Amino acid sequence: MVTIKIDDIEVQVPEDTPILKAAEKAGIWIPTMCYNDLIEPYGVCRLCSVEVIRGKRSRVVTSCNYPVREGISVRTNSEKIKWIRKVIMELMVSRWPNVKVVREMAEKLGIEKPRFESLEKDEAPDACILCGLCVNVCRDLVGASILGFAYRGIKREVVLPFDEITDKCIVCGACAHVCPTGHVKMIVEDYKGKKPEFTLGPKTAIYVPSMQAVPRVPVIDPESCIHFKTGGCETCAKVCEPKAINYEMKDEVVEIDVGQILVATGYDLFDASQMAQYGYGRYDNVYSSLEFEMMLNSTGPTGGKVLTKDGKEPRAVGIIHCIGSRDTNYHPYCSRVCCMYALKFAHLVHDRTNAAIYQFYIDMRAFGKGYEEFYSRLLDEGINMIRGKAAEVVEAPPVNGQQGNLLIRCEDTLIGKFREIPVDMVILCNAIEPKRDSDIIRRLFSISKSPDGFFLERHPKLDPTATTTDGVYIAGCAQGPKDIPDTVAQASSAAARILTLISRGEVEIDPVRAMVMDEYCSGCRICNNLCPYGAIEFLEDKKISHVNEALCKGCGTCVAACPSSAMTGQGFTDAQILSELEGLLI
Amino acid sequence: MAFEPKIIGFLCNWCSYSGADLAGVSRIKSAPNVRVIRTMCSGRVDPTFILKAFQLGADGVVVMGCHPGDCHYQEGNYKTMRRIPFLKKLIKDFGIEPERLRLEWVSASEGDRYATVVNEFTEEIRKLGPIKHPSCKVKLEQI
Repeated sequence: MVTIKIDDIEVQVPEDTPILKAAEKAGIWIPTMCYNDLIEPYGVCRLCSVEVIRGKRSRVVTSCNYPVREGISVRTNSEKIKWIRKVIMELMVSRWPNVKVVREMAEKLGIEKPRFESLEKDEAPDACILCGLCVNVCRDLVGASILGFAYRGIKREVVLPFDEITDKCIVCGACAHVCPTGHVKMIVEDYKGKKPEFTLGPKTAIYVPSMQAVPRVPVIDPESCIHFKTGGCETCAKVCEPKAINYEMKDEVVEIDVGQILVATGYDLFDASQMAQYGYGRYDNVYSSLEFEMMLNSTGPTGGKVLTKDGKEPRAVGIIHCIGSRDTNYHPYCSRVCCMYALKFAHLVHDRTNAAIYQFYIDMRAFGKGYEEFYSRLLDEGINMIRGKAAEVVEAPPVNGQQGNLLIRCEDTLIGKFREIPVDMVILCNAIEPKRDSDIIRRLFSISKSPDGFFLERHPKLDPTATTTDGVYIAGCAQGPKDIPDTVAQASSAAARILTLISRGEVEIDPVRAMVMDEYCSGCRICNNLCPYGAIEFLEDKKISHVNEALCKGCGTCVAACPSSAMTGQGFTDAQILSELEGLLI
Repeated sequence: MAFEPKIIGFLCNWCSYSGADLAGVSRIKSAPNVRVIRTMCSGRVDPTFILKAFQLGADGVVVMGCHPGDCHYQEGNYKTMRRIPFLKKLIKDFGIEPERLRLEWVSASEGDRYATVVNEFTEEIRKLGPIKHPSCKVKLEQI
């Protein structure tokens, strides 16, 4: 630690701290145009010049890159410094008179009109002020070294290699982010990439997935993180005080021994772009239900405001039910939750905007406790309910020279007429679908699926949480579309079933088991390799096979294969099945 | 009286038997000619049972199990998958048309498929006519 005096204020800072930072600690403001905390100081604007006095000598230095030393004193406000700043600022204003940051700084330093006339005057409001932040961030922080300075003196400018468009740029946007004037821009040309699942999603490479995430910690998207492209940046690690950022972390596979499993893998949202008539993915203001849910969230991208893509409040909103559900071309089943969340959307849109709201429904299914009352309340709020599934969403022709909005074509079956309703925003109520990888999960647990693709319960009425595999339970939308109360009820039931077995400490196993009749077994060992559970062991001393009853599941494959009929399946013995045959045929 | 085939169906407990159950619960009509015997797995179906069924006068035998990869017991249906083609060759040597034996995959969710399989197979056996092998006890007595 060293102690220095800045404008007669004593301040203690670690050695090698730049004077600029020491002054900041002392509460003294030093103007600068090219300094950024995260980038090595470049000292190019010269605006942060200060007078350093050591003994009887004094000299003018740039405070951003001059390290403090014991015994120096600094003057940031002497007449000499004021004069230097004024000249620098006048030169800047004369060259870039319309750049916002330059004008603001000039105002702060009390300069109204420069005394000089620049030969290289650039009147653009987003002119490059040659602060070098973009060049330095690209080289030092990102590690891509794409941007650089070219030419000398007043001709100096920031260029790409050979002044040509390059594919070496990793398009991280750091340069555009640090540019104080907006001279560096990100331009998207001919973007043909896949549309991301949620266009309203995170804008940075490190983000908290959602405010409700458990645990609520940020995650890094390695595909867009600069560090994983160039090895540079590490800005997040630099600013993280508890040093919680770890770039070395990898996905790891952890094996845990468990006795029972609850499969609650949830659902996927129906991809509405399959139904081209509704324009999802083609028109800007057609949202899926989950996207709209994000928009409504107070921590979401619009802060909970209902806005169209151009940032305006919609004048009319159409909510279309049953997208992909109750449709023989896609899913014949009802997704159960859509009617109610569509009503909730209508309520919130009504609450937050003055938009007219139209609901296009086939049937309203307000089946739960308090649901019908909510529906009646919505009707009183003045929501337009149109019975009839919308036929298509099209772009409306321009009106009074203004770009047209969207038009929903539908049949209003209650009045028996075709209607066209202009809206600014369309919300689609996508169907709930089985998870796309549910077949993999299903085979992992040897459980079946019902015709709709969701996991099959042991019995539709008497045992809706267990599956045909002992110790495997299902809950929530993995079993079928359901709302939150139903999911909670089913999951609680499954948890109770699981706890019952845990507290009992032992399990009852099905009496259907294979058994070896020792006196008939010839020890051929055919059955040994057939058993998928490894339940059959060979007794070397007796030279016969033996079934471990705790491991055997009773499939009977070994019974069918035994050439000497020494293996019997309890409950399904040869004699039993043969007499069944006789009973059926004679 | 028109010929009504007697068909024995061996159904695995987890897929096909549940599928047949679903067909019933869904009120899907299927031919009553198939008499069902439940086994825990299609792999439990001993070839002896099938031969015995033919011997006792069954006009057809259908074995139904889970789709490959879906077996409740991991791989029981693969064993059946290998046994049935051998058995078809064997019954041909006995003078029984191999078409009278069929292996089908019906999952627990395929009630409609169960009905289709049963109806198709019954029609096929109806066309083939009664089983004609001399060792079939019941038929011998009728002669």
